[in-house]
Amino acid sequence: MNFTLKVWRQKDKETPGSFEKFDVVDISPDQSFLEMLDTVNEELAARKEAPIAFDHDCREGICGMCSLTINGIPHGKQNRSTTCQTFMRNFEDGEEITIEPWRAKAFPVLRDLVVDRSAFDRVIQAGGYISVRTGAAPDANAVPIPLDDAEVAFDAAACIGCAACVAACPNASASLFVSAKIQQFRRLPQGQPERDKRAARMIEAMDREGFGNCSNHYACEAVCPKGIPVRYIADMNRDYLSAALSGVEFDPLPPIEKDPLE
Amino acid sequence: MAIVRRAIVRQASVPSAGRSFDHPLLRLLSSSIGKKLVMAVTGVALLGFLVAHMAGNLTLYLGQDSLNGYAATLKGNPLLWPARLGLLTVFGLHVATGISLARENRNARPIRYDRVEPQTATWASRYIVFTGLVVLFFVVFHLLHFTIGAVQSEVFHGVDAQGRHDVYGMVTGAFSNPIVSGVYVLAMAVLGFHLYHAVQSAVQTLGFAHKSYKQTLEFGAKAIVALIVIGNCSFPVFVLAGLVG
Amino acid sequence: MKLDARAPEGPLAEKWDKHRFDMKLINPANKRKYKIIVVGSGLAGSSAAATLGELGYQVECFCFQDSPRRAHSIAAQGGVNAAKNYQNDGDSIWRLFYDTIKGGDYRSREANVYRLAQVSNHIIDHCAAQGVPFAREYGGLLANRSFGGAQVSRTFYARGQTGQQLLLGAYSALQRQVGAGTVKMHPRVELLDIVLQDGHARGIIVRHLVTGKISRCAADAVILATGGYGNVFYLSTNAMGCNVTATFRAYKKGAFFANPCYTQIHPTCIPAAGEHQSKLTLMSESLRNDGRIWVPKTPGETRDAGEIPEDERDYYLERKYPAFGNLSPRDISSRAAKEVCDEGRGVGPLGRGVYLDFADAINRLGQDTIRKRYGNLFEMYERITAENPYQVPMRIYPASHYTMGGLWVDYNLQSTIPGLHVIGEANFSDHGANRLGASALMQGLADGYFVIPHTIGDYLARQEKREVSIDSPEFDDAEAAVRARLQSLLDVDGTRSVEAFHRDLGKIMWEHCGMARNARGLEMAIDEVRALREQFWQDVSITGVNDEFNTDLEKGARVADFLEFAEVMCFDALQREESCGAHFREEHQTPDGEAKRNDDEFAYVSAWEYKGVGEAPELHKEMLEFENVELATRSYK
Ligand SMILES: Cc1cc2nc3c(=O)[nH]c(=O)nc-3n(C[C@H](O)[C@H](O)[C@H](O)COP(=O)(O)OP(=O)(O)OC[C@H]3O[C@@H](n4cnc5c(N)ncnc54)[C@H](O)[C@@H]3O)c2cc1C
Ligand code: HEM
Ligand code: HEM
Ligand code: SF4
Ligand code: F3S
Ligand code: FES
Repeated sequence: MNFTLKVWRQKDKETPGSFEKFDVVDISPDQSFLEMLDTVNEELAARKEAPIAFDHDCREGICGMCSLTINGIPHGKQNRSTTCQTFMRNFEDGEEITIEPWRAKAFPVLRDLVVDRSAFDRVIQAGGYISVRTGAAPDANAVPIPLDDAEVAFDAAACIGCAACVAACPNASASLFVSAKIQQFRRLPQGQPERDKRAARMIEAMDREGFGNCSNHYACEAVCPKGIPVRYIADMNRDYLSAALSGVEFDPLPPIEKDPLE
Repeated sequence: MAIVRRAIVRQASVPSAGRSFDHPLLRLLSSSIGKKLVMAVTGVALLGFLVAHMAGNLTLYLGQDSLNGYAATLKGNPLLWPARLGLLTVFGLHVATGISLARENRNARPIRYDRVEPQTATWASRYIVFTGLVVLFFVVFHLLHFTIGAVQSEVFHGVDAQGRHDVYGMVTGAFSNPIVSGVYVLAMAVLGFHLYHAVQSAVQTLGFAHKSYKQTLEFGAKAIVALIVIGNCSFPVFVLAGLVG
Repeated sequence: MKLDARAPEGPLAEKWDKHRFDMKLINPANKRKYKIIVVGSGLAGSSAAATLGELGYQVECFCFQDSPRRAHSIAAQGGVNAAKNYQNDGDSIWRLFYDTIKGGDYRSREANVYRLAQVSNHIIDHCAAQGVPFAREYGGLLANRSFGGAQVSRTFYARGQTGQQLLLGAYSALQRQVGAGTVKMHPRVELLDIVLQDGHARGIIVRHLVTGKISRCAADAVILATGGYGNVFYLSTNAMGCNVTATFRAYKKGAFFANPCYTQIHPTCIPAAGEHQSKLTLMSESLRNDGRIWVPKTPGETRDAGEIPEDERDYYLERKYPAFGNLSPRDISSRAAKEVCDEGRGVGPLGRGVYLDFADAINRLGQDTIRKRYGNLFEMYERITAENPYQVPMRIYPASHYTMGGLWVDYNLQSTIPGLHVIGEANFSDHGANRLGASALMQGLADGYFVIPHTIGDYLARQEKREVSIDSPEFDDAEAAVRARLQSLLDVDGTRSVEAFHRDLGKIMWEHCGMARNARGLEMAIDEVRALREQFWQDVSITGVNDEFNTDLEKGARVADFLEFAEVMCFDALQREESCGAHFREEHQTPDGEAKRNDDEFAYVSAWEYKGVGEAPELHKEMLEFENVELATRSYK
């Protein structure tokens, strides 16, 4: 198969980027999208040109590292899958394929198609956990959990943190991601003691990262490779409201710091 | 250790506890979800006004006396100004918050996509600010038209047999002009778009998430919207068709 | 140098308790004066960093991905073992210990394995408390399944995503500590060297992958939790970034590398679709419960599977191993698959695959039942191959999956370099010559949550507290060496991509040091690897400069290390003149093709000491003593 790629190239965070076009030929339909880019990069290496930088690791749809907006759709049009699990047979021969990075203020582009998603980590740091000291846990069967709750907690926990939801949201809102983590814990007995504080802190952390607001566009749900439903956002709103009205007290969030090793 | 001091890139932009935003309510309202809640609550209040307003206007079909009487009762009510103030506040909050949200949302993506394939986001949802602004212009026009009488003042100043403001004459007079009627019908269509997304959005925002009642609520809300749009459009249409007035 | 395992004296069941009592403690108020570096944020690294942070140490944690949550542990599917005996089916700590020793074909250290079985139960308690959504029964209690042929149901699981859920639990704990300021997390930072002072590990040299900035980090102790080296085969089920760099750098600084030849091959992976294949995807072994494995009887068969009549199919596992058939152990089924493909009877585009056929199961149980059992896996298979496994048989082929070898560590998980501790898949400790299913997750978390937090305290308490500083000649030298190496990679300025060299290396290793090995092949492999390495340093094309986001350079540095490490692997495989666990030497088999272990001569851990690039490393032996189990031979006939 042959394609024309229109790829976003950007040297680093500071330098403005632009599109570059590549004609690629002889691509096997069984190649994954990333393997197609590998082929391009090998060719570039032979020509001593800089490879197209993109994030990836597991290549089996679970680590959440890959992240391309392909023809205007995060992770491409193949439903319920990640970019690494998208295959060239799903494209038309001869097609022009536009490849862009996740676009959001909260995710600065680091190079080409690679963005900085550390904002997600900071949101989790604010409260995406159950505080349990190693060694302090009771027997695992001491707290039975109704099967339904356990199942929903799992559905929510399946989020891979890829941030396609942000990339697809017309407002670049992180609501779906945040609501998934909140949902996981709000359904579990272990999650109750910190429930209010968690919602309040995580939303506050989310807000200061520069994500947009949720206007209930539901584009996030459509691209989420793990099928996280927007219903969780409604639950999150409720939790946040009750937390805020109860005037939950919590320590201020730590400042956002730059890694000195950078 | 190499790592001694870390450069601070961004300070918390949402003030944390211990400062002026200490009050839980202020803190709530300054958050993204708080603003959404403001939109939803004011939006639903406005929806309530629209239902009442339309119901009142339906007296048009009962004849001149009914409508003028209804209008006079409203006008004579001592609560008129408090109610107007309340409505203005709600409307103002809705508009101001809506515009601020829209601005933040734009800023959240400084570099746009070259190519976008909108996913489920509907036309109504993506253009909600636009439809909102059109409604805003309509309301201004509408007030100038029927409340202040700056537009088409020739139909505004009528007085009926009992010496009341002839609202009936004003409305029928105004709508017999096809351009005016056209403006109203168009505005109602835009309002319909605004509300089409808005009502199900409000249900979600307010946290009615469970399938069992979410669908019922959404259906009910959409029925109300349809009623408002159809009811409101009926006035200019009936007048133009010569069935009223 | 004599290898001292430092396993405590006394009865097996009391060793760990007694050891914990004998270990020195650090005063709680003093803990914050100690700085500990944790490299890696997988199950082992995250759990260690989080727990050490909780205890009050200052922790610096590193990973090369953009977030600690993406470490390769995320990909584990099957489950995690523990000796809870919740099913009341006769499990116990002793049985888990015994099964693990036996599964490792009697090439692991009793004391470590027993401790692993002991703390396994705490892992489940802790993870459940963290909110890890383990599978449950209707009554709300935890569910178990039997995994990898175990006779008891002791595997806890979270749908097919156990690794993900456990890692997210550890990641949450880690993030909590980052938020609390006890752990500083450095994502997108790669370790490139280890710094020793007075013979103790005192720091590391790292490169920031976005800016290329080289930095020094000093600490009171260093923990490596950098995962396995399965990518030496190029194609494996490992993530693309998995590498040997961290452990290999430590090896070059004096840490012994133990049992590098023990690599596990998983029989049910989706075969490569072509030369372009970059990694292989594992499918749960449970598929073998209902699928039948076969290849055509005649080599060079060109008909589609459906057109091959029953009597022209060879159900080779059922034929050769009637007792276990399609459920024969991983190594046996893997080798058998390779054999039939070598005979030219393989199926699929590259002739490297065998059929896994569900037609009988569908006829017997109905499509719905099969869909219920394997729906997700079938979907995944179809997405990747565009073939519908309800209609045509799946194609599977073995792939490198796990590496039992790793840096040698003692009972305290300390390497031969004092102060350098190694946990998780990066060490060699618990699995001997083969790993049981669902035991790697257990080991990573045991090391990180429950072992290293104690033993590192003992190490620190026994040292005189010293000023932690990055200003020393050792740091100067290490940094200069790292810079020079990166520069020399850039200076080659050749014409072949890093990827091409890696692919070639993979082919050599898979062919000669893969599922079945022999002396001639291994000797050839050593020569070929050396030649390839030479070619690499003359002709590799790495563009750009160091001071930028340079994915070629990143990968080039890793492959350069693989090219040196591969040799050590071959030496180890060559030296081990027996077949044990996952290591199969063709010279050492029974007449009917069973592995022949040689306990008299090879009941030891081989630990290799670095002697220079291109030099043969020196072998050291840790003799294994089995006081509690009797060595038995397995048979699957
Ligand atoms: C597909 C698959 C399925 C599996 N299924 C199971 C199963 O069902 N049950 C089971 O028990 N086991 C399973 N395993 C094995 C198990 O997942 C791993 O052995 C285990 O997760 C390893 O954990 P770890 O913490 O040691 O290393 P990893 O999770 O690999 O983490 C390594 C960490 O080190 C970092 N790192 C590596 N090199 C460097 C460097 N040079 N500089 C800085 N950082 C570095 C990485 O960023 C990462 O954070 C499976 C493995 C695979 C591949
Ligand atoms: C009578 C007139 C109006 C009614 C009944 C109304 C009703 C609503 C409702 C119910 C919502 C949904 C809130 C939610 O998402 O939860 C909404 C949203 C919105 N309205 Fe209105 N509205 C009206 C007028 C306006 C006007 C004049 C504007 C002008 C700017 C406006 C702008 C918006 C915007 C921008 C939103 C979306 C906010 C967001 O979710 O980001 N609306 N409206
Ligand atoms: C075709 C439909 C409509 C008709 C026939 C209509 C008619 C009227 C009339 C007759 C009045 C004047 C009442 C009086 O002076 O006593 C009025 C006032 C008003 N209308 Fe409408 N209206 C319509 C639609 C709307 C809509 C859609 C909105 C809001 C979005 C709206 C908002 C208002 C407001 C705010 C006032 C002023 C109320 C006051 O005096 O305090 N109307 N309308
Ligand atoms: S919610 Fe879905 S799209 Fe968003 S980060 Fe999680 S998995 Fe990705
Ligand atoms: S698309 Fe965006 S607006 Fe909300 S529902 Fe999803 S986050
Ligand atoms: S590379 Fe891991 S999800 Fe795509």
